[in-house]
Amino acid sequence: MKWEYFSWVMPDNVVSTYGQTLDNLWLVILWVTGIVFFATEIVLLVFMVKYRHREGRKAEYIHGSNKAEFIWTSITFVIVMVLAVYSKGIWDEIRDQDLIPADAYEIQMLATQFEWNANYTGADGLFDTADDFISRNVLHIPVGRPVVVQLMAQDVIHSFFLPEFRVKQDAVPGMITPVWFEATTTGEYTLACAELCGLGHYTMGGTVIVHTEADFQDWLAEQQAAAEDD
Amino acid sequence: MSTATATETHAEHAEHHELSFIRKYIFSTDHKMIAKQFLFAGLMFLLLGGLLAVTIRWQLGFPGRPLPAFIQWIFPDTMAPGGIILPEFYNSLVTMHATFMVFFALMPLLAGVFGNLLIPLQIGAEDMAFPRINMVSFWIMPVAGVIMLASFFVEGGAAGAGWTSYAPLSADGQYTGVYMGQILWLISLIVLGFSSILGALNYVSTVINMRAPGMTWFRIPLATWSLFITAWLLLLAIPILTGGLILLLADQTIGTAFFRPEGSGEPLLWQHIFWFFGHPEVYILILPAMGFVSEVIANRSRKPIFGYHSMVIALVSIAFLSWVVWGHHMFQSGMNPLLGMTFVVTTVVIAVPSAIKVFNWMGTLWRGNIHFDAPLLHAVAFVSLFIIGGLSGIFMAAAPVDIYIHDTYFIVAHLHYVLVGGSLFGIFAGIIYWYPKMFGRMMHEGLGKVHFFLSFLFYNMAFFPMHNLGVQGMMRRIYDPNQYEFLQGLQPLNTWISISIFLFASTQAIFAFNFLWSLRKGKVAGNNPWKSNTLLWTTPSPPPHGNFPEMPIVYRGPYEYSHPDREQDYWPQDEPPASSEAGGQVAPAPTPEPVPGD
Amino acid sequence: MSDRFELRGLVWPTLMLLVMAGCGGGDGGGGGGDAGGGAAMEDPVDAATAGNIAGSIVFEGDAPSMAVIDMSQESVCADKHSSTPMIQEVVVNSNGTLANVFVYVKEGLESLQFPTPGAVVLDQNGCVYLPHVLGVMVGQDITIRNSDGLLHNINASPTINRGFNSSQPVSMETTRSFGTAEIMVPLRCDVHGWMTAYVGVVDHPKHSVSNGSGAFSLSTLPPGNYVIEAWHETYGTQTQNVTVTTGETAEVTFTFSAS
Repeated sequence: MKWEYFSWVMPDNVVSTYGQTLDNLWLVILWVTGIVFFATEIVLLVFMVKYRHREGRKAEYIHGSNKAEFIWTSITFVIVMVLAVYSKGIWDEIRDQDLIPADAYEIQMLATQFEWNANYTGADGLFDTADDFISRNVLHIPVGRPVVVQLMAQDVIHSFFLPEFRVKQDAVPGMITPVWFEATTTGEYTLACAELCGLGHYTMGGTVIVHTEADFQDWLAEQQAAAEDD
Repeated sequence: MSTATATETHAEHAEHHELSFIRKYIFSTDHKMIAKQFLFAGLMFLLLGGLLAVTIRWQLGFPGRPLPAFIQWIFPDTMAPGGIILPEFYNSLVTMHATFMVFFALMPLLAGVFGNLLIPLQIGAEDMAFPRINMVSFWIMPVAGVIMLASFFVEGGAAGAGWTSYAPLSADGQYTGVYMGQILWLISLIVLGFSSILGALNYVSTVINMRAPGMTWFRIPLATWSLFITAWLLLLAIPILTGGLILLLADQTIGTAFFRPEGSGEPLLWQHIFWFFGHPEVYILILPAMGFVSEVIANRSRKPIFGYHSMVIALVSIAFLSWVVWGHHMFQSGMNPLLGMTFVVTTVVIAVPSAIKVFNWMGTLWRGNIHFDAPLLHAVAFVSLFIIGGLSGIFMAAAPVDIYIHDTYFIVAHLHYVLVGGSLFGIFAGIIYWYPKMFGRMMHEGLGKVHFFLSFLFYNMAFFPMHNLGVQGMMRRIYDPNQYEFLQGLQPLNTWISISIFLFASTQAIFAFNFLWSLRKGKVAGNNPWKSNTLLWTTPSPPPHGNFPEMPIVYRGPYEYSHPDREQDYWPQDEPPASSEAGGQVAPAPTPEPVPGD
Repeated sequence: MSDRFELRGLVWPTLMLLVMAGCGGGDGGGGGGDAGGGAAMEDPVDAATAGNIAGSIVFEGDAPSMAVIDMSQESVCADKHSSTPMIQEVVVNSNGTLANVFVYVKEGLESLQFPTPGAVVLDQNGCVYLPHVLGVMVGQDITIRNSDGLLHNINASPTINRGFNSSQPVSMETTRSFGTAEIMVPLRCDVHGWMTAYVGVVDHPKHSVSNGSGAFSLSTLPPGNYVIEAWHETYGTQTQNVTVTTGETAEVTFTFSAS
C-alpha cells in the first residue's frame, strides 16, 4: 500500500508528450479547487463553532448583501471561464482531427468482446493487403514518433484507455475514431478497456510495448515474415 | 371559486364521511398520506439499493471470495454459484443498484415525499390541485417497482448494461446474455415515468393556482420553490427518457435499428437522448435537497436565509442551464470535439449558481444562533459534502482532464458525494425535520446525533478514497481490478472502502430504529416544535384532512427570524401585522377576496 | 369534491400486473435448464437383434492451412500446449481423413424413446474446447468445465433452442442442456476469440464424432433402413441411406473435398 496513492497529484508515470500537459492542467485545477476547498470548509467549521447557540445569543437579522452576491458570483464566474478557455487549446491539440500529425504511424485497432486486435499494414503501408498482420492484445509502437490509432468496435462500445499515456477514446461500433499520441519512453505499459462492454469487461486488458525505432522496425519485419508464411 | 365556497369547503371537509381503511391508508387522495406512502416505499427501495451496494463491495473488497454462507442461499447458481459472484451478475448488481437508488429511492424520497407533504402545507392549500391524480402517481411507483424486481427472477437475470444502458450493449441481448431482464428494465422505467409526470403536473398546478392570499411568489419558502422548479424539470425531462426507452425497447424486440449499427443505427444517439434527460435528472435529484437544507439552516440558525432572491434565481438558473450541459457525459464518446468544447463552457458556468447557493448557506450560518440538532447537522453536512462533490466536478468539466478520469472511480466518488453526501443527507435532514408534522412526534435526538456522526464518518471513509482510486486510474464497473497489474496495489484501498461501506450501511439501522421507535415513543410534538415561520407549522401535528380550518393569510416572507424588535426569534408568515405584542392574538381580518399570486 | 370514483377498480389491474410480472419469470436456468440425468427408462433396442453402422470420413484434396492461435498473452494456456495450437476449423488427419465431423441418425429412429444418458464433459483446457465437436441427446446434461482458472465465457447462440451467455471466472463447472434437437449449436468464448465449439443436439443417443483416424461409429441400432447425416463446420452436410441387419456392421464412407 503506497502512500502516493493518497496524493491528489497525478501519478508520476506519464510517458506521452501531451500527457504531461494534461497533468499540468490537472495540477492547476487541483490548486484552485484545493484552495477553495480548504477555505470554504474551514470557514464552515469556524462558523459552526463561533455562531453556536449560547444562552442569550441572538442571530443578526440580515437578509443578505447584494454586494457580496455580486462579488462572489463574478469571482467564481471569472475563475471558471478562465479554466474553460485554457482547456480549449489543449483539447484541440488532442482531439481535433485536422491537427493530428500528418506523419503519424497508423494502426487500426478493432475492439471486440473481449479482445483488442491491432491491425498493422505491413511493409506496403496499406491496409487490407496480404501483408497485413494482427497483434492480439499487444500494441507495439515506436518511441518518439506520433502514432494514430484508428479505433473501431465490432459489437458494443469499448474504450481505449492507456493510463500512462493519459489517452482515452471510446470505440463505437459503426464509427472509426482516430486517437493520436506520442510515446516519450520505451517500456511496457497498460492497455485497458474503460467502457462497460459485457461480462468480460474486466479482463479486456492488454499491453503497450514502446520500442526504440530500430527495435520497432525489427519487430515489424519479423511479424510480416510470419504473416507471409501463414 | 368564490369566497363563500372556499370557507364552506373547509368546513365540509371537517365533517367528511368516515373513510374506510382502504380509502384512508391504501388508496388515499390526501397528500399527507401519499407522502407517507412514498416515504415507506422509498425507504424500502433505499434498503434494497443499499444491499445491492454491499454485495458489490463484497466482490471488490474480497475479490472472488464466496459470499458468506448465511446469504449464499439467496443467489441461484446462475448468479453466484457456490457464493462466487459471476461477472455478469456483478454487472447486473451495479446496474440495479444505481437504477433502484436513482428511480425508486431518491426520486420518491425527494419529490414524492416532500413534494406531497410540503407544497400544500407551505403555500396554504387544503390539498393538491388534483388529489386523485396524485394517488395514481403514487401507485404507479410500486407497480413499476415490482416489474423491476421481477427482472431478477427471469432467465438471464436482471439488466446488466449499466443504469445508463448504453447501446448497443443494451440493445441486443446476445451481448450480455440478458434478454428479458433488459426488456423488463425498460418497461418498468417507462411505467415509472408516468408517476413523475403526473406528480409534477400536480405540483406545478398547485403552486401556481392554490397559494393562499398574500403568498406571493417571493414569499414562498425555498423548499416549495425547489420542488416547484424540480417539477418543471420532471415534466420536461421524463418524456425524453420515456421516448428514448421506447426506441430502445423497439430495437430490442421488433428489430428496429435506432441505436444498432447493423441497421445503420447510431449508438451515440442513445447517449444524446439519455443524457439530455440524464443531466436535468441529476438536478432533479439535488434541487429538492437544497430546498430542505435552506429551510433547516435558516430555521436552526434563527436567521433569515442569506440572499433569498439570489437563492431563487440560482435555482432557476441551475434548472435552465441543466438543459445545455449534457454533453459533458460524452466528452470521450467520439462526439465532435468542437461540440464538446461548447459543453465545457456551459458546464463550468453551471458551477456558478451552485457556488452561489453554497455561499448563501454559509452566509446564513454567519452570525447566526445555531442550534445543533440532528436536522441542522445533516444540513451542514450537505453543504460540506456538496462542496467536495461540486469541486470534483470542476476536474471533469475540463474536457482534457476528463480524458483520464472519465469512467474511473473519480467519477464514482463525485456522483456519490453529490447524491449521498448531498441528496441523502438532505433527505435525512428533511425526514427528521418534518417527521413531527407527519407523525405528531419528534424523532429521538440522541439517536439522531449518533446516527449522524457515525454516518458522516463512515461515509467519508468510504467515498473520499475513491477519488484516489480514480487518480490511480481504476476504471468503473470492473468486476476484479486485480486483472490489471497497474491496479493490483490498490486492493487494500478497495478493501478499506468495502469495510467502511459495511459500517456505513450498518449505521443506517440506527436511523431505521429511531424512525420506527419514535412513531410510538417519540416526544409528542406540538404544532411548531422548531419555531418555524411557514404555514405548515401553524397546523396541528399531524394536520387534519383539509389542513387549514380557515384559509390562512400571508403577511410576510418565510425567513423572518430574530427580528430585532420582537421578543420571539421567529415571526410566522400568517401572523397579522398588528399583533406584535408578546402572546397577543388578534382575530384575523375578515376573509378578503382570495388573491392567488401577485 | 366527490369521492365517487371507486378506486377498487385499480386493485384488479394491479394484481394482474403483479401476476404477469411473476409469470414473466422463467426457470432461471439457461437453454433448457431441466436436469437430464438417467431416467429409469429401459433401452428400447434389443441387443440380440441389433446391428451397427461404422465408417470413416475421407478428405480429398489438399488440406487447407489453418492459422496459428496467438496465445502469447495467455501464458497459463500457452504453457499447456506442447505443439503450436492451431485453429481447428479443418482438421485433416495424417491418413487423409477428416476429424470433427458430426455423424448421426437423421431418419429411422422416430418410433423409439431412449433414456437420457448421463452428463458429458465439455472442457475448456489450454484455452481450447475439448472436444471441438460434441454430440448430446435432448435434455442430456453438458458439464462445462473450466480447467484453466481464468475467465472463460460460454456464449451459446442456437437458432432453435434458447441461447445463453454465462461466465466462469475461476476453475468451476456449469451444467447446461438443450431441450430441442438442433444441428448444430455454436459455442464460443468471447474472451478468447479463437475458441469455438459445436454441439449437435439429437432426439436420441445415436451420434458420433469422427476422431483422429477419421472413424465414427453408431452402434446398437435395430435392423432397418436409416438415413444418416454427416456435418462439418466448413464443408457442410451430406446424407446417405444405410440398411442395418442383425449382427452386422454396415460400412459407410463420407467424402468431403477441399474445393
